[in-house]
Amino acid sequence: MSPDVLLSARGLTKTFGNFTAVDGVDFEVRPGEAFGFLGPNGAGKSSTMRMVAAVSPVTSGELRIFGLDPAVDGPAIRARLGNCPQQDRLDEELSVEENLWVYGRFFGLSKAEVRARADELLDFAQLTERRHDKVEPLSGGMKRRLVIARSLINNPELLLLDEPTTGLDPQARHVLWDRLFRLKRQGVTLILTTHYMDEAEQLCDRLVVMDKGRIVAEGSPRQLIAEHSTREVVEVRFDADDHGEHRDVLDGLGERLEVLPDRILLYAHDGDAVATAVTHRTRGGSEPLSTLVRRSTLEDVFLHLTGRTLVD
Amino acid sequence: MLSLGLARFVVLRNITTFRRGWLVFVSGFFEPIFYLLSIGVGLGALVRTVATDSGAVIPYADFVAPAMLATAAMNGAIADVTFNVYFKLRHARLYDTMLATPASPRDIAVGEVTWALIRGGIYSAGFLLVALVMGHVHSWWALLALPAALVIGAAFAGVGMWATTHIRSWQDFDLIFLIVQPLFLFSATFFPLSTYAEPLRWVVRATPLYHGVVLERALLLGDVHWGLLGSAAYLAALAGLGMWAAGRRVGRLLLT
Amino acid sequence: MTLSSSRLTPGPRRPLSWVERTTGLVAFHRVLLRRTWRGEAVSRFLTPVLFLAAMGVGVGGLVDRASGGVGGVPYLRFVVPGIVLASAMQWAVNESMWPVLTLIKWNQMYAAMLAAPTKVADVLRAHWLMICVNIAWSAAVFIAVATAFGAVHSWWALLGIPIAVLTAMAFVTPLFWFAAARQDEEGFTTVFRLVVTPLMLFSGTFFPISQLPAWLQVLPWVTPLWHGTELARSAFLGDPVADRWWLHLAIIAAWIVVGAWGARRAFQRRLVA
Repeated sequence: MSPDVLLSARGLTKTFGNFTAVDGVDFEVRPGEAFGFLGPNGAGKSSTMRMVAAVSPVTSGELRIFGLDPAVDGPAIRARLGNCPQQDRLDEELSVEENLWVYGRFFGLSKAEVRARADELLDFAQLTERRHDKVEPLSGGMKRRLVIARSLINNPELLLLDEPTTGLDPQARHVLWDRLFRLKRQGVTLILTTHYMDEAEQLCDRLVVMDKGRIVAEGSPRQLIAEHSTREVVEVRFDADDHGEHRDVLDGLGERLEVLPDRILLYAHDGDAVATAVTHRTRGGSEPLSTLVRRSTLEDVFLHLTGRTLVD
Repeated sequence: MLSLGLARFVVLRNITTFRRGWLVFVSGFFEPIFYLLSIGVGLGALVRTVATDSGAVIPYADFVAPAMLATAAMNGAIADVTFNVYFKLRHARLYDTMLATPASPRDIAVGEVTWALIRGGIYSAGFLLVALVMGHVHSWWALLALPAALVIGAAFAGVGMWATTHIRSWQDFDLIFLIVQPLFLFSATFFPLSTYAEPLRWVVRATPLYHGVVLERALLLGDVHWGLLGSAAYLAALAGLGMWAAGRRVGRLLLT
Repeated sequence: MTLSSSRLTPGPRRPLSWVERTTGLVAFHRVLLRRTWRGEAVSRFLTPVLFLAAMGVGVGGLVDRASGGVGGVPYLRFVVPGIVLASAMQWAVNESMWPVLTLIKWNQMYAAMLAAPTKVADVLRAHWLMICVNIAWSAAVFIAVATAFGAVHSWWALLGIPIAVLTAMAFVTPLFWFAAARQDEEGFTTVFRLVVTPLMLFSGTFFPISQLPAWLQVLPWVTPLWHGTELARSAFLGDPVADRWWLHLAIIAAWIVVGAWGARRAFQRRLVA
């Protein structure tokens, strides 16, 4: 394994009984980058993360973290890793700082080291004023920041974040993104899972899209958009119960057309040109309620790759 | 039965969830029976006979059996209205849901206490049957032992529920046990009131379980006198007061 | 590969010894205890006082008058070691069901521990160590109170502390196994009603098991409490070496070992999936 690879997976598989959660995935993470797993619920992101965190045994395939095999050197890997799981796992009856101290001691840090680290991290997580408070009444965003602070107690080289901002309000998300961005600047490698496209675009240098336990696409956000979508998207809405009726009028405009229940999407390199064409074609007939040109996003890639049916 | 009004839905809900935990329910029968058996063959053989406070000399097991019945009624009621009610009040937020319907806090208090009594009544009936088979029942007055157990249960359920509304964390339950345990040990359950020095006797006479024990002992032994009405009135008054206060507290906690 | 001496610098870090892993995890339980010990201390001090007053003095008076004590020993002195051991069992059960399910499921602190460089064996060892310490000080308080009641006449009574700890562990390890296999706390009450209560009543705590019918004597023989009570009673009455002490110890040890084996398996299955 070359020195500029921090983590590598070959044919990584996880099964629970008859159910295959992760189905032979390959990926590599380089030091200092922010790497994302994007996918709908049940795609196998969390199972992958738990294997990478060396807390869940690999069913088959090869996984190396810091060049070490988690089946053999689990503790040595976990000593250098920060793990921020989906559930907060805080002892809500302990105070904010007690939660940090206690966790640091699990890593064999001395009392003095734990206290010094806790002071820094409370500041980093903007929780210094709440340090003596019990965890239970804290807001969701504060608890999340506390879990991230806690996962940094051992000064990890690699930080794993499983859906770090799920369930948070927009302000809380932005505060968190800011903190994660700072960590990245400090040279910490980040691996995160998310089903928020904006989060993936904001934070990730490179990402893989997972669906049903497999990787369906890989690249930087820009590359993925370029490969699986167009530069721009035109959204056309009609006053209609079934937008399918209007398919024929718009057929042939842009690279690709997609009918949704409430609108029609036209994928195009030049959105404005297509929007003008839409106006021309529908003039005198049933005119659209609105025509909107926007830049293509990861969401378009994501939905294109994983389909539009609801995943429970 | 009294008219329960909407409180009966609280009771029905409890019955529904309870059907799933049948083992827990059945195991409730065994505990007092274990006590009877242990005292019958064990302590009974060591103590042999004891003189009751009314002067009769009786086998030790006959002395303790009625006290076990009173204690079981207390424990059953307390267990139901403390742990379970606390969980519903603070964690499951069940009462908030109930109060979003036309049910009132009073319905909830009455409903929970009724449920505790139904369960307690079933247990008491089972216990009486075992006591009868083992020869600890000596009078037809024992027919009144079951209603007496319900009154004891009602008194502790009412007060217990009121206390539960003041509890802030699971640790506070230690306090309830620090009250229940001495009641269990010192209410003339295992040794007669005459064992105590005179001032202590008055302390014991002031506590509720003592009156429950006095009632049950008199009924099972057939040693009935007018003074028992006083004990019954004491317990009934406690039951009424407890339920009234508990209803008020539930209202204050939830209807804000 | 060079190992850094600090555990905070990049690159491979010096592995933790099992002692370091255990102390780190024990620190967590100590913080918890710091929050709850006041309430615990009160109940663990008052419970023996109440029981000694009621059973020892109250019932003891009746027994001594009728039978002159048990086997020539005043009832108070007979019953004290029994109550110490029965209490140790209750403490053990209390510490092995709700708290375990809390750490597994409700706050998932065991999972948090296992995200650090620790293993299931460390997690169990630390928790059990802490329970042993708790049982030890509780038993010590109990024995001190009993001494004040005049129920203790020999220094060998101090042996009651390790005996209480061992007997408690014979309940702790199997119950960790049991708790780790539960989805919710239903059934915990049943353990109290169907295990703890009958054992307390039929394990020689309040009267010798020879008074039980033969078929019922099987229960104390195959379970740990009576064996601990026999060892403790002998020590309290001044003889540190109980009759057939090796048999009593062997049965207690068997419960501990089998329980520990099962607990470890159950924890592995539940927490490292």
